[in-house]
Amino acid sequence: MQFMLLFSRQGKLRLQKWYVPLSDKEKKKITRELVQTVLARKPKMCSFLEWRDLKIVYKRYASLYFCCAIEDQDNELITLEIIHRYVELLDKYFGSVCELDIIFNFEKAYFILDEFLLGGEAQETSKKNVLKAIEQADLLQEDTKEAETPRSVLEEIGLT
Amino acid sequence: MPAVSKGDGMRGLAVFISDIRNCKSKEAEVKRINKELANIRSKFKGDKALDGYSKKKYVCKLLFIFLLGHDIDFGHMEAVNLLSSNKYTEKQIGYLFISVLVNSNSDLIRLINNAIKNDLASRNPTFMNLALHCIANVGSREMAEAFASEIPRILVAGDTMDSVKQSAALCLLRLNRTSPDLVPMGEWTARVVHLLNDQHLGVVTAATSLITTLAQKSPDDFKTSVSLAVTRLSRIVTSASIDLQDYTYYFVAAPWLSVKLLRLLQCYPPPEDTSLRSRLTECLETILNKAQEPPKSKKVQHSNARNAVLFEAISLIIHHDSEPTLLVRACNQLGQFLQHRETNLRYLALESMCTLASSEFSHEAVKTHIETVINALKTERDVSVRQRAVDLLYAMCDRSNARQIVAEMLSYLETADYSIREEIVLKVAILAEKYAVDYTWYVDTILNLIRIAGDYVSEEVWYRVIQIVINRDDVQGYAAKTVFEALQAPACHENLVKVGGYILGEFGNLIAGDPRSSPLVQFNLLHSKFHLCSVPTRALLLSAYIKFINLFPEVKATIQDVLRSDSQLRNADVELQQRAVEYLRLSCIASADTLATVLEEMPAFPERESSILAKLKKKKGPGKLPENVNGSAEEPAASSKPDTACWWTSSPTSRLLLLLLLLLLLLRWRTTCPGEPSSLRPPPFAPRRSDVLLRLLRFICKNNGVLYENQLLQIGLKSEYRQNLGRIYVFYGNKTTSQFLGFSTAVSSSDLNVHAKAVEPVIEGGAQLQQILNIECVTEFCDVPVLHIQFRPPSNVLTPDSVCQSRYGGTLQNIEVKLPVMLNKFFQPTEMTSQDFFQRWKQLGA
Repeated sequence: MQFMLLFSRQGKLRLQKWYVPLSDKEKKKITRELVQTVLARKPKMCSFLEWRDLKIVYKRYASLYFCCAIEDQDNELITLEIIHRYVELLDKYFGSVCELDIIFNFEKAYFILDEFLLGGEAQETSKKNVLKAIEQADLLQEDTKEAETPRSVLEEIGLT
Repeated sequence: MPAVSKGDGMRGLAVFISDIRNCKSKEAEVKRINKELANIRSKFKGDKALDGYSKKKYVCKLLFIFLLGHDIDFGHMEAVNLLSSNKYTEKQIGYLFISVLVNSNSDLIRLINNAIKNDLASRNPTFMNLALHCIANVGSREMAEAFASEIPRILVAGDTMDSVKQSAALCLLRLNRTSPDLVPMGEWTARVVHLLNDQHLGVVTAATSLITTLAQKSPDDFKTSVSLAVTRLSRIVTSASIDLQDYTYYFVAAPWLSVKLLRLLQCYPPPEDTSLRSRLTECLETILNKAQEPPKSKKVQHSNARNAVLFEAISLIIHHDSEPTLLVRACNQLGQFLQHRETNLRYLALESMCTLASSEFSHEAVKTHIETVINALKTERDVSVRQRAVDLLYAMCDRSNARQIVAEMLSYLETADYSIREEIVLKVAILAEKYAVDYTWYVDTILNLIRIAGDYVSEEVWYRVIQIVINRDDVQGYAAKTVFEALQAPACHENLVKVGGYILGEFGNLIAGDPRSSPLVQFNLLHSKFHLCSVPTRALLLSAYIKFINLFPEVKATIQDVLRSDSQLRNADVELQQRAVEYLRLSCIASADTLATVLEEMPAFPERESSILAKLKKKKGPGKLPENVNGSAEEPAASSKPDTACWWTSSPTSRLLLLLLLLLLLLRWRTTCPGEPSSLRPPPFAPRRSDVLLRLLRFICKNNGVLYENQLLQIGLKSEYRQNLGRIYVFYGNKTTSQFLGFSTAVSSSDLNVHAKAVEPVIEGGAQLQQILNIECVTEFCDVPVLHIQFRPPSNVLTPDSVCQSRYGGTLQNIEVKLPVMLNKFFQPTEMTSQDFFQRWKQLGA
């Protein structure tokens, strides 16, 4: 996979993951063009299209478009399922995920994506294992947070 | 909500995000962001050292602002600081920041690499994973340099945890993609292959992806993976759905892993080992069988996963291209999909069939679906599906269905999307030419093309039609007639005017007999379009006019009037003006014969590779085209413009004789060292090799001159030749003031008879010695004769340049000079009539 973009129906980018090195300007240009192209498609059209020299696989879930760019020799159907699996993971983690969850917890969305896909390839396809890894990370966070709270409270009062 | 409450997230961040969302306008948003940026900047610069939590919060805010689309130019240092924290979440945010906002500051890179190194060595799997994820996400060259050797070790170490192994494998994959030269193959490659047997399917998945990429770089290192992959694949495919537990996806067994294994197998040819091969065939058959079974679940995910494996299996079958039964089965399966309800499947079926069409085993099977494909072309709503249908029609086209397919493509062209028109035009042109049995059909097709999509007909296409018309006598009359009729349409495309102008100019005489297309009518027709055309077209039309003057003397006056008009003779464009002036003059002063010779019909073009094909390849990339485009018997060259084709280029032996001679001499000259004396101490200031060569070459066309010169000696030549005999007078000049002693010469030659008269052994200072050489040429020869000279200059030699006075001191000088006796010296002109001459000339070119 070369990149994955999540954007709303108004064209606002909610998540962008790039697996190829590109300059910021190029990324912005690609995002703009691709968002326009995908948003222009009608609902009954197929989920694949050719764009520049890449294949684009996209699917709409509620108000979010999940869009992946893959290379010529990659398998389109399995990419569709990668998208679906990612949605399932988000759903399980956030519990009935909606766009707001992704907006307010964007860093978590990235972490989950990293556990599932790495370097553009699926690394762990067992839903259980991915969720387990994330839960473990969260527990670590919980541990450290316990130690954190007294400090931050003190700081907020102004006594350090 | 999961057990860990969402409130643990940084409260300040959530508030900030809400603020942004509540902004009513873009300006308000920018204002709020700038306010926050100022706040963060002051906090970072502040005297108080920030604690980890705050740093994390601010870095996260910066990240959010960046992802909104604004530029961030600070915060990298703080993010890097977070990396060295012991707290997981801080590290995580730090890594996320630097992998999203990649910075090329070398100090920062060093610090980042340091932090990563520490985390990799920490033996804490979560930290190691974070570090590996970061390397995989950034994958920069500096990281590759720092870690490319470390990661393979982590990958194959026995005590690495499974999750770390997965990350390490894909991390290595990324590094190999960006910096393949920095990832060395080593003894770890064998162990990586072994990972395919791992118990943990996640590890196998990651390893398969890695091996697939590495196998493309060095296939031999990973050959052993083929058998492991086949075994693994057959285990998965034949397993019951409960076996793989969590790796079963909607009742499909490990679809991702199956697809990856099938991809890996596509890196290699079919296995040679027969048992392995039959196992693989069995596997593929099972997959094909499963596709026929009723689905286990109504969910689209199930069918997608199942079909994903199926399509990849079909790809593998096509890649191997060795089992006819499998290929035909695959083709039938795809045929079923062509009419499936789901658009996605129809799209993919059309795409896969394209590759199937080029395999000889399945080409016929693909052709049976032509009606379905044509129907798809007409009825599909989705333009991407229609495009695939066009591609498939192109791939499946052969002699039997060419007419039908071209007709369908033409009618599609009338309503096609503008972005794909040029491609379709090129394809139609190629097909029409390739499968034309009757070239009238070809001419019709191209003219239709121009009529329908003239703007997208590139130059190569209409050059081609003209070349074909010129090369084929039988279609010239038809072409002239058709083009004439087409031009009568009220609004015709400029390309049509170009083609029409050219063809009528060449072959207008073939239809001039009919009063409806008499010369005057033809001229008026062309001229009516003249002012509508661009400059290059007008130039072409002017050439057509002068050809008319040659063909139809009766319209000469009319055309001359046109050429004489100010709008031509004083045209602002230089080319047009020049042509008008020259053509007018030519028509006035040239006799009918001369005019006829100058404006004779264009000769046939030589065969060369189609440039249309090259243009299509450039547009689509090499993978898309069917390989069986061999071309018909006469493929005219496409690179030379028909207007300016020079007939010299069609005879390869023109001018070559003299050129060959020159080349031959040059080569001979380079391999030996002429002019350099062979004594131990070569005299300084010996003439340079290039000068000597130049002198020799000058003698090709002249008979007298200086052949060789150095500080002591000058050699001049005077030669005369008659038939096969030649005589050279060689003059040896002593440039010093003292005698040369022991002067002797010898001529060596391989093919010539050279007789040298004897010379005296002494040359006085400042004097000249003459030697006569008689040469007889008995056979053709390549090597020139070599003159060997030997003499002894006196000890106290006084040369004009007295620097080298003492250097010579009596040493024997040996000089070798090539004599300019070449084959052309023995040439004699002969007289013959032009008929004889051209007869012989044509024979040369054959």
